[in-house]
Amino acid sequence: MIRFENVSVTYDGADEPAVRAVDFEVPEGELALLVGPSGVGKSTVLGAVSGLVPHFTGGTLHGRVTVAGRDTRTHKPRELADVVGTVGQDPLSHFVTDTVEDELAYGMESLGLAPDVMRRRVEETLDLLGLADLRDRPVSALSGGQRQRVAIGSVLTPHPRVLVLDEPTSALDPAAAEEVLAVLQRLVHDLGTTVLMAEHRLERVVQYADRVVLLPGPGERPLLGAPAEVMAVSPVFPPVVDLGRLAGWSPLPLTVRDARRRAAPLRERLADLEPRREAAPAPAPPPAGRRLFGRAKPDAPSPAHVAEVRSLAVRRDRVQALRHVDLTVAPGEAVALMGRNGAGKSTLLGALVGLVAPSSGSVRTGDAVPHRTRPRDLVRRVGLVPQEPRDLLYADTVAAECAAADQDAGAEPGTCRALLSELLPGVSDDTHPRDLSEGQRLTLALAVVLTARPPLILLDEPTRGLDYAAKARLVTLLRALAAEGHAIVLATHDVELAAELAHRVVLLAEGEVIADGPAAEVVVASPSFAPQVAKVLAPQHWLTVAQVREALS
Amino acid sequence: MASDARPRGRTGTAGPVQPDAPAPRRPHGDPLHPGAWWLWALALGTAATRTTNPLLLALLVTVSAYVVATRRPDAPWARSYGAFVKLALAVLVVRLLFAVVLGSPVPGTHVIVHLPEVPLPDWAQGIRLGGRVTAEALVFALYDGLKLAALLICVGAANALANPSRLLKSLPGALYETGVAVVVALTFAPNLIADVQRLRAARRLRGRPDKGVRGLLHVGLPVLEGALERSVALAAAMDARGYGRTAEVPPAVRRTTAALILGGLLGVCAGTYGLLTAEGGTYGVPVLLGGLAAALAGLWLGGRRSLRTRYRPDRWGVRAWLVTGSGAAVAALLALAADRDPAALHPGVVPLVAPALPLWPAAAVLIGLLPAFVTPAPEGATRKEPS
Repeated sequence: MIRFENVSVTYDGADEPAVRAVDFEVPEGELALLVGPSGVGKSTVLGAVSGLVPHFTGGTLHGRVTVAGRDTRTHKPRELADVVGTVGQDPLSHFVTDTVEDELAYGMESLGLAPDVMRRRVEETLDLLGLADLRDRPVSALSGGQRQRVAIGSVLTPHPRVLVLDEPTSALDPAAAEEVLAVLQRLVHDLGTTVLMAEHRLERVVQYADRVVLLPGPGERPLLGAPAEVMAVSPVFPPVVDLGRLAGWSPLPLTVRDARRRAAPLRERLADLEPRREAAPAPAPPPAGRRLFGRAKPDAPSPAHVAEVRSLAVRRDRVQALRHVDLTVAPGEAVALMGRNGAGKSTLLGALVGLVAPSSGSVRTGDAVPHRTRPRDLVRRVGLVPQEPRDLLYADTVAAECAAADQDAGAEPGTCRALLSELLPGVSDDTHPRDLSEGQRLTLALAVVLTARPPLILLDEPTRGLDYAAKARLVTLLRALAAEGHAIVLATHDVELAAELAHRVVLLAEGEVIADGPAAEVVVASPSFAPQVAKVLAPQHWLTVAQVREALS
Repeated sequence: MASDARPRGRTGTAGPVQPDAPAPRRPHGDPLHPGAWWLWALALGTAATRTTNPLLLALLVTVSAYVVATRRPDAPWARSYGAFVKLALAVLVVRLLFAVVLGSPVPGTHVIVHLPEVPLPDWAQGIRLGGRVTAEALVFALYDGLKLAALLICVGAANALANPSRLLKSLPGALYETGVAVVVALTFAPNLIADVQRLRAARRLRGRPDKGVRGLLHVGLPVLEGALERSVALAAAMDARGYGRTAEVPPAVRRTTAALILGGLLGVCAGTYGLLTAEGGTYGVPVLLGGLAAALAGLWLGGRRSLRTRYRPDRWGVRAWLVTGSGAAVAALLALAADRDPAALHPGVVPLVAPALPLWPAAAVLIGLLPAFVTPAPEGATRKEPS
C-alpha cells in the first residue's frame, strides 16, 4: 500500500540528506510504527507519504514513493487526498472550519462527494469516534483528546486507504490516548485501513503495531521487522522492553500482559528486596496554626514550604477550574500533578506563578503572594517552564537570550550561559532558538528560568515531543536540582516520568485534588496512572526498571 | 424535512430518555439561511430610512432588538450586537452635539440656551460656532440621528443573527475557494489575540512587566512568527485535504469561461460609461445588462471547474421566505405610507408638535416581529433555565 524505494530527501540548503536509503513497504491493512530518536527524519518520511515532502516543503527527493499505486512524484498532495489522510502533530493547525461537523465534512467537500454520502459518513464517523455529543461545538472549545479525535475523524470521512499520523497521543492523558488508539485499532481491524504513525511514547503504542520501522540515527538505513525483533536492538524502547531485556526474556514481551506471564520468577527473586526510593525530603510539618505572615527576607533561610496553597478556587470564563485545592511543597521535593486533560493542572501552575488570580483561597510562594508581586521580584521565588517553551524565548540567538535572562533576573552576566553549557553542552552561541530540537529548547527555557535561582520550579508537560534519551537527561537534571534543594512541581501525562522523578503525586479531577501521597502508593493504586513496571510486578511496589536493576545487582 | 430522522447524539441511544425531557441539543437541522436574516435586517433598515417619526423608529428598533434577543445564538460572532448599539448611540450623540455647537439651518423660536458665539474670520463665512440653540433644531437633529441609529442597529441585528461563515458557504462555486480563504482569515484574528495574551503572560515568567505598550511591542515579532508558522501548517493541512482540487474541463469550456467573464466585465464598464454620459443614453442600459449576464454566465461556467460539493447547505425554505417577506413587507408598507401620508411619517419641527403614532404604519412595522415566531430557537436558550 505504501512503498518507499530507496528514498532519500535533501532539504534546500542542507548539506546532508534528512533521510537516506529508506526502502520499505507497508502492506494493506497493517499498522506500521515509525520509531527512532528525535531528529532522525520521522516527520520527513511521514510527509513523503502524503506528498507534502517535497511538493510543499521544498527539497529534493530521490527514489520513488508510491501510495496505492500512485507515484507522489506525479501526484500533488491534493491529488492524493482521497487515498491518504494526514494528521500532523498539532491538531489545531489542521482545522479549516469552525465547528466539529463542518470539519468532518470539509475533506469530502473538497473531493466532491455527493451530499447524501457526506451526510451518512459524517454520522458514521461521529459515532465511530464518539463525537456525536460534540457535533455543534466550535473546534476551539474542545479538549486535547477531543481535538485529536476530531482531527482523525476529519481525515477519515473521505475513506482514505492510508492514514498517516505524527505523534497522535503525545499531548494526551493516558485515558484519552487509549481512546484514540482504540479507534485506530478498530480502523485497522474493521475497515482494513493502513496506518503509518510516528510516536515517541512507545509504551502506549508498540503493542498495537504489526510492524516497526526503526530509523536508528540520522541518515542511517531504516530497520524493518516485527515489533519484538526490532525492539531487541532499538535504541528507543518502552520500560516493559527494558525490563524484558534486563530479565533476559526472549522473545521480548511488548505488553504488560505478556510480561506478567513471564514475570513470576522475577517477582520471586525480588520478593525479599526493597526498592530504593529517592531520598525524599522530610515531610513538611503542618502549617503552624496561623499563616506565615511576613516571614523573613527573601534571602533568609528557606521557610518550611516554598509553596503553600490553601482552599484555592479559580473561576475562568464561567468554568470552575479549581475548587478547594490544598497543596504544600517543601524544598527539595518533586511533585507530579496528574489528571486528565482539563483537570486544572495548568491552572494550578498558573496560580502558583501569578498568571491566574485566585477567586478565593490563598496562594503563597515563599513569602510572596504571586499575583500581587512584581514580575521582577517573583522570578527569584518561582519559575515556570510553559507547555510551549518557545513562548519564553524572544531573542534570535542563544547568546542574546542568555544575556537577556541575566538582565531580567539581575544575575551576574554569564550566569545563564554557564548554566546552559552545564545542562546542554555543545550549543553554539549564534544558534537561533527555533533551530534547536524540542529537548534542547526545553533545556534552554529551563536554563533561562534557573538563572534567577528560584527555590520553586514549575514545569508544564515537559516531556511532550521528547524521545527517551532526552527524557532521561531531563530526569537526571531535575533530580540534581531537587537534590540541591529546589522544589519541583511538574504537570504531566507521562506516568513513566512521574514514576522516575516524583516523590509525591497529586491527582486532580474536575479541579479538585482526589489523591495526594507518595508516588509509589498513588500511581500503583490507579490502573491508568500506573507505570508499566508497576503493572508487571504488582503487587510489589517497583516503579522503574532502574530500581529493579539496582536491586538485582 | 430529513432532519427529524437524524439520531440525536449518544444520549438518545445510550439509555432511555424521558419522553418529556427536553431534547439534549438543539436540532441542528434547518437553521435559517443566513441570507434571509440579512435581507430581513436590511429591509428593516430601508424602512427606517423612509421615516423620521421617532415613535415609528423606536418601534422598529424594538422589533429588531426583540428578534435578536430571542433568536441570537451563543456564539462569538453573535456578541457584536452590543457594539452596534453603542455605535448607534454614539452617532446620535455626535449628531446632537453638532446641532448644538454648529447650529442648524432649521428656523426656530423656542430658544433653549444661548451659547457664546465664537467670532470666525471672513473666509469661514457660513459657519457658526456656538450661538442660539433652539428646541426645533435639537428635535430635528434628534429625528435625523435616530434614523441613522436605527439603520445601524438593524445592520447589527443581521450581524448577530447570521453566521458569517455559513453566509460565505452560500457563495457560488467559482468563488468558494476565495470564501474559504476569507473564513480562514476570520479565524486568524482570534488566534492572534490569544497568542498575544499568552506571550504577554510569558513575559511575566521572564520577570518583565506584562502590562503596558512596551510589553505589547516586544511580543509583536514572536506573535507574527507564530502566526506565520501556523498559517504554513494550515496551508499544508488544507493541501493534503484536497483544497484546490480541480476537475478536468475541456479547453473549449475554459476558453468560453474566460471570454464570457472578460467580455462581461467590459460590457459592464461600457454600459456604466454609457449611462453616465449624455450621448450614451440609448445603449447604456442594454449593454450594462448584457455585460452583467455574460459575467454571471462566466461565473456559473467557471464553477464547473470546481469539484466541490456542499455538505448540508442552508436551504432557502418556507421560513426563509417568511422572514425575508416580513422584512420586505415592512419596507414596502412604510414606503407606501411615506408616499400617501408624508406628514405622519415626517412630523414637523416648525412649528414644534408632538409626534403622533400613525396607526397603520405602526401595525406594518410589527410585521417585522414574525421571525421571532417562525424561526427555531437557538441552542442553549431553553437549556439554561433548568440547571
